[in-house]
Amino acid sequence: MTKKILILLFILIPINANALIEVDITRGNLNPLPLAVSPLSIDEESRKGFEKILKKENIGSEISNIVENNLRISGLFNPLDKKAFLQAPDIANLKPRFEDWNLIKAQALITGKVNYIDNKLRVEFRLWDVLAAKEMMALAFTTVPNNWRRVGHIISDKVYERLTGEKGYFDTRIIYVSEEGPKTQRIKKLAIMDQDGANNKFLTLGNELVLTPRFNPASQMVTYLSYFKNMPRVYLLDIETGTQEVVGDFPGMTFAPRFSPDGKKIIMSFAKDGKSDIYTMDLENRIVEKITNHPSIDTSPSYSPDGKYITFNSDRSGYQQIYVMNNDGSDVKRISFGNGLYGTPVWSPRGDLIAFTKLHKGKFYIGVMRTDGSGERLLTENYYQEAPSWSPNGRVLIFYRETKTNSKGEGFSAKLWSIDLTGYNERQIKTPTDASDPSWSSLLSN
Amino acid sequence: MRLNKILKNTLLVLTACLVLSACATKKEVATDIKGQMQGDVYTGTDTVEYLADGVPDRVFFATNESILTTASRETLRAQAAWLRKNPNINVVLEGHADERGTREYNLALGERRANAAKDYLMTYGISSDRITVLSYGKERPVDSGSNPLAWSKNRRSVTVKAN
Repeated sequence: MTKKILILLFILIPINANALIEVDITRGNLNPLPLAVSPLSIDEESRKGFEKILKKENIGSEISNIVENNLRISGLFNPLDKKAFLQAPDIANLKPRFEDWNLIKAQALITGKVNYIDNKLRVEFRLWDVLAAKEMMALAFTTVPNNWRRVGHIISDKVYERLTGEKGYFDTRIIYVSEEGPKTQRIKKLAIMDQDGANNKFLTLGNELVLTPRFNPASQMVTYLSYFKNMPRVYLLDIETGTQEVVGDFPGMTFAPRFSPDGKKIIMSFAKDGKSDIYTMDLENRIVEKITNHPSIDTSPSYSPDGKYITFNSDRSGYQQIYVMNNDGSDVKRISFGNGLYGTPVWSPRGDLIAFTKLHKGKFYIGVMRTDGSGERLLTENYYQEAPSWSPNGRVLIFYRETKTNSKGEGFSAKLWSIDLTGYNERQIKTPTDASDPSWSSLLSN
Repeated sequence: MRLNKILKNTLLVLTACLVLSACATKKEVATDIKGQMQGDVYTGTDTVEYLADGVPDRVFFATNESILTTASRETLRAQAAWLRKNPNINVVLEGHADERGTREYNLALGERRANAAKDYLMTYGISSDRITVLSYGKERPVDSGSNPLAWSKNRRSVTVKAN
């Protein structure tokens, strides 16, 4: 569903290898790069064609709005007000008058053109370095018109990658748990949406409690916990077909599932007789392996990106702390030694960091540490927040936050938030209902 | 790299701020509130229902604990006596945690609490065949408050008739 629909037809001009403007991704939003996103130009005939199919008056402007919004929420760019633009979109795309763009302090400029050809959407865009008066990149895509939002996300990813030197994370989706109703009787449904909140869709009806959905590496399958028939078990859901199945045949609660980085196994906890251990199940041959064996609670397992190690939390020391072990369960080492409790460790897709939730003196923190436990950094503090999930480029964390209720027990809400690894650029992600347990997909196109 | 240095300094300051503000927050003292808590275990009866006359349906736990208090053991002995008198009744022990923990750990903790109750019922002669354990973690609080008393009511194992 994902990879085949967007066909990258041809690259117009090879990327210029000269050193032009660069954005330092490690700095946070101290100094976002001012840039101009000129609306993609569109001829009248194409405009009418798309208006008919997509019910959008000007698809060129809509796509550039997506690009502008993505770049803004990244915190690394400052898209300038379109009202200040002096040059018309169609002419800018042919040859920008760099003096004009310089005048409004744009350092980078994005221009482009949209055409309606053979019932297809053809988009070309260019990225310009205004100060150097040079083209940095030019690409064109042809796809079915319904993919217009994804075209906007892919352009954003290309621009982000060209200017920061790292892969973007805009052409991605978030799976999460939608929440409604009173705190004592929440109705929870699996929901999926684009990274920017568009195309929200519910995947379950809310008849049973569902928790902790997580994507597989191809972002087509989801593993999650469902209380179907009041038996909390780990399930596997194929997003395309809607097929669901129980993972394994365990005589009790299975929970805290995640995929292995190759997508072939599910790692999870199985609770029995007051103790929870970590197990894996191979999805091909259904072989179940017991990874930890300890009378404590071992849960929230997450693989390193190379699949060689597993991080998890355990209360074997008396309190919840983070551990790392080999993927066969050998050589278990505690890595969290700070004050407080540590949980929900998640290995960064870059491999160098583990994100976690920390509870200390009545406050919850989202933080990161190196995989040996050194270099702990707390990114955000709140009344209650937990369950970080990494953006595919390992630069942003998404998590959920719950509010404190008042003396009457009113005012509860749960929302999704994101924060940069730098600790800057904290943002709420809008969802149609309350939301929790977010999981970020991989890049849908590359 | 100069930028990296700046970044590191910024982060040090940021981390220091977080640590300081954490230190500055008041310790939440979970003491005896209106005679309804002892330590931080709920001792009131607001939320308690009865399986039969004199047979309370639930027991309460301290934060992060699954140890049965003296009062809990008394409640469970009453439940065991009632179950012995009613051999056709099976029960589900529903284990719960308060909202001050991570979701997955709380699921395990709820299971551990319900099992503590199950083990005790078994030592008083109730067959494990008659008992099912079900953890809800922090998903089904009885009290939606965000205070120590509400949390103490929510840290519980509830015995529910299964048939």
